[in-house]
Amino acid sequence: MMQINFKRRILLKSSLAAGAISVAAGAGLLTPRQVLAAWPTAAFNAKMVPEALQALLGEGNTETSADIKIKAPDIAENGAVVPVTISTGLTGVESIAVLAANNPVPLVANYTMGEGAIPFVSTRIKMGKSGDVVAVIKAGGKLYSANKGVKVTIGGCGG
Amino acid sequence: MAKKSIKIRAKVKDDVVTVKALMTHPMETGARKDKSGELIPAHFIQEVTCEYGEKKVVEAQWSGGVSKNPYLSFKFKGASKGDKLTLSWVDNKGNSDTTEAEIR
Repeated sequence: MMQINFKRRILLKSSLAAGAISVAAGAGLLTPRQVLAAWPTAAFNAKMVPEALQALLGEGNTETSADIKIKAPDIAENGAVVPVTISTGLTGVESIAVLAANNPVPLVANYTMGEGAIPFVSTRIKMGKSGDVVAVIKAGGKLYSANKGVKVTIGGCGG
Repeated sequence: MAKKSIKIRAKVKDDVVTVKALMTHPMETGARKDKSGELIPAHFIQEVTCEYGEKKVVEAQWSGGVSKNPYLSFKFKGASKGDKLTLSWVDNKGNSDTTEAEIR
């Protein structure tokens, strides 16, 4: 009786291991599909700015540029609605990403510039707490970034 | 989905078209809790596309970090008065809306 039970354990273990392998294979199969999908899930799940950039644009390092203008309030009374406008003098802009560094999910938006588009976008974003608004612009295959600190005073008490 | 969830205005000045759009959408991040402490499921616009004459002018990918009832503004060149452009969005639940606007 003991003998049989023992074997049964082994059988269970091995079938569990096989199950894990098939799950891993399934995940492997899923990855290319996620890459093909237009909406970059990985980038929008990243918890840190460099991670998000790596997932979105394939590179985490950016060069600070004085040619990027971020228009956002110094003090935002309502963190749920922070108007952010990004414009640049850079040429050959391919995309503009908007991130809020201290948000649980930093990547807020990514704009792909089509034919004839002028590198200018304006959106209202949510900010969980005070921190930098980061604009990352891809121009001519390179990444440029700029920051602007925004202080969020939830409730508008001016704290 | 809701009827007329997009308000859009496109104006041309010196060959540059400025598009301003307002969409009606809850934009739930999925991290917020309601009064009973239950998580409110995520519901936000993932993609906004603006097309002018079969060409994509701007394509936006959004997270729930964009404010409720999102506002979007952008500029592009090469269109003239009276031309039409379309703006559409798709959210994470597969809902979508499209609207056409005349450039003024």
